[in-house]
Amino acid sequence: MSLFNSGKGRGKSWVPGILAAGLLFSVSCISAFAVDEPKVTAEVPSPLAAEPAQSEGGHPVPPRQQWSFAGPFGKYDRAQLQRGFQVFREVCSNCHSAKFLAFRNLADPGGPHFSEAQVKALAATYKVKDGPNDAGEMFERPGRPSDYFPWVFANPQAAVSALGALPPDMSVLAKARTYQRGFPLFLLDPIIQYQEHGADYIYALLNGYTHPDDPSWNEFMPGHKIGMPKPLSDGLVAYTDGAPQTAEQYAKDVTAYLMWMAEPKLEDRKKYGFRVIAFLIVFAGMLYFVKRRVWSDVHGH
Amino acid sequence: MSGSSTYIPKSGLARWFESRLPIIGLIHSSFIVFPTPRNLNYWWTFGGILTFMLVAQIATGVVLVMHYTPEVTLAFASVEHIMRNVNYGWLIRYAHANGASMFFIAVYIHMLRGLYYGSYKAPREVLWIIGVIIYLLMMATGFMGYVLPWGQMSFWGATVITSLFSAIPFVGDTITTWLWGGFAVDNPTLNRFFSLHYLLPFMIAGVVVLHIWALHVPGSNNPAGLDVKTPKDTLPFHPYFTIKDGFGLACFLIFFSWFVFYVPNYLGHADNYIEANPMQTPAHIVPEWYYLPFYAILRSIPSKLGGVIAMFGAILVFAFLPWLDTSRVRSAAYRPVYRFFFWVFVACVLLLGYIGSRPPEGGAVLAGRLLTAYYFIYFLVILPLIGLFETPRELPASIADAVLGKQGAVSTEAVTH
Repeated sequence: MSLFNSGKGRGKSWVPGILAAGLLFSVSCISAFAVDEPKVTAEVPSPLAAEPAQSEGGHPVPPRQQWSFAGPFGKYDRAQLQRGFQVFREVCSNCHSAKFLAFRNLADPGGPHFSEAQVKALAATYKVKDGPNDAGEMFERPGRPSDYFPWVFANPQAAVSALGALPPDMSVLAKARTYQRGFPLFLLDPIIQYQEHGADYIYALLNGYTHPDDPSWNEFMPGHKIGMPKPLSDGLVAYTDGAPQTAEQYAKDVTAYLMWMAEPKLEDRKKYGFRVIAFLIVFAGMLYFVKRRVWSDVHGH
Repeated sequence: MSGSSTYIPKSGLARWFESRLPIIGLIHSSFIVFPTPRNLNYWWTFGGILTFMLVAQIATGVVLVMHYTPEVTLAFASVEHIMRNVNYGWLIRYAHANGASMFFIAVYIHMLRGLYYGSYKAPREVLWIIGVIIYLLMMATGFMGYVLPWGQMSFWGATVITSLFSAIPFVGDTITTWLWGGFAVDNPTLNRFFSLHYLLPFMIAGVVVLHIWALHVPGSNNPAGLDVKTPKDTLPFHPYFTIKDGFGLACFLIFFSWFVFYVPNYLGHADNYIEANPMQTPAHIVPEWYYLPFYAILRSIPSKLGGVIAMFGAILVFAFLPWLDTSRVRSAAYRPVYRFFFWVFVACVLLLGYIGSRPPEGGAVLAGRLLTAYYFIYFLVILPLIGLFETPRELPASIADAVLGKQGAVSTEAVTH
């Protein structure tokens, strides 16, 4: 019998389909519980410990990391996002912009969730250009929570002139980067809900400066030539929560933070997703039995 | 849409209204009592699913437009505004973006069903051609929609596809400039694509009405490919097929939701989260997945004009299917040779899609050319010849026989009479 079955046994052929969908859903949910326990101070093995696998294009494949936000019940780790923001503020934002990040976002639930007072105090430490005032002059004032995160450079040209290249905006960077999974893994990804390609790539890249004599060599950058010098080193950022102050931990934390900046509604999305799909499975099941009942008087058996 | 109505208004108001605008009678005859072949399987639920998807895309799209700004310096930021600041904006945008993919998944299943069961054959040629027109409108709509977020793939995809028109001899460059509204893809291009992206779905809705009208003249084809002969062959559309379509739709929505809520960016490109930059070309410019087989055909022909002709020809050849298939038997269930080549064709299209997503180098080029050759040979040589040489299996006497067998038909008769 071909995939398109004709007539006989209609209806019943869908029962395994629904069961399979439900099973798949439950398995993904359970595996998410089992695998993706948030690990605040996880000892992250260096991605360089093992020789990275090569993809088709000859580029090394970033090793897959465990992220608290992966899987159907994924959530950001608040402490990690707060540490990640610290790394972003003290290191990354010296060159990179994050133009879609407003200070108020840092207090949002589902994000770093700083207190309103903390965000207010933080914003006030930045100078924001405003105006024109009644005299027609532009002026500087302390930042407010509603302001967007200011960039250290006045414009892209200033950044290029100072750095030699334009550092990419970081607001959606974690969704703007990926790597080729190749056949057949790319077919598997939607089923196992693997979508942290960007985070894995960024984390690998931050740890990918493997030629100490060549600061522009990066194992994971396409072409291996990177404009950004190695940004993180042990002890660079002073954590206050006791997390290890290693380059690897910084990379992990700031990558999680970048993922939140790129996808700030991730927790809501996954929460509603479970409810919607659970409802639809029950609803489809009920429709199936109504359908059977309606059709019972016309089947010949 | 199915001749005179059997609707009898019950109240005085309904009688008054029906005598002035018999629309309730039209709905009653088209979607309540409409005689539908009793043997339709679940592959026939995709018509209803497609109608739902069209309405869902228009509904989410109208809300997105309330927050979107079609201007090159603001478009990308306005999409991020939707994702971050608009209440449930992330849900509406992800539903719309993934909805486009779901629309195409459903339409491809719908088309393959038509191909497998010979739904394009007489007397349904016009119905089929209207379907090809809907598909073309969908492709134009989807393409222009992908340009609107003004990411890198939006910009460069628009540049590559509109540049195809420059291959037309003599007037190509003029046409391309006219399409762009300038000398490159820029703000006028974005504005007109936005305008047309809003217009085309309503044109699709209009053509869908014609599609359903043309469907309701001969009625639905069915898995046996037989004509309806007696009332025993059919069941009223409601409740039998409303409940069956409803169940099919609910299952489809589970699939849809999985993508919207759990892997919303899987079917898109990471590069489209980088704002469009005319000074920087991405390493690989790849269209949306639903165009990939045609993109592969385009790249398989070594000449630009030839590639464009082959690509559009690959779509337009569907319109000639009713006359390319010479067999008088509709359903592949009774056509063993056709069935074999049909599945080879399906594999060919899937492989073309994969080739289209790869950089055009090495073995991919040769594979793309061979698959392109099969694609056209299937339509232009294999299909006409099979009809002449194939011996179809014996057809059942009627739809009721096909479903219930000879004895079953008798027993149903006993029950219903």
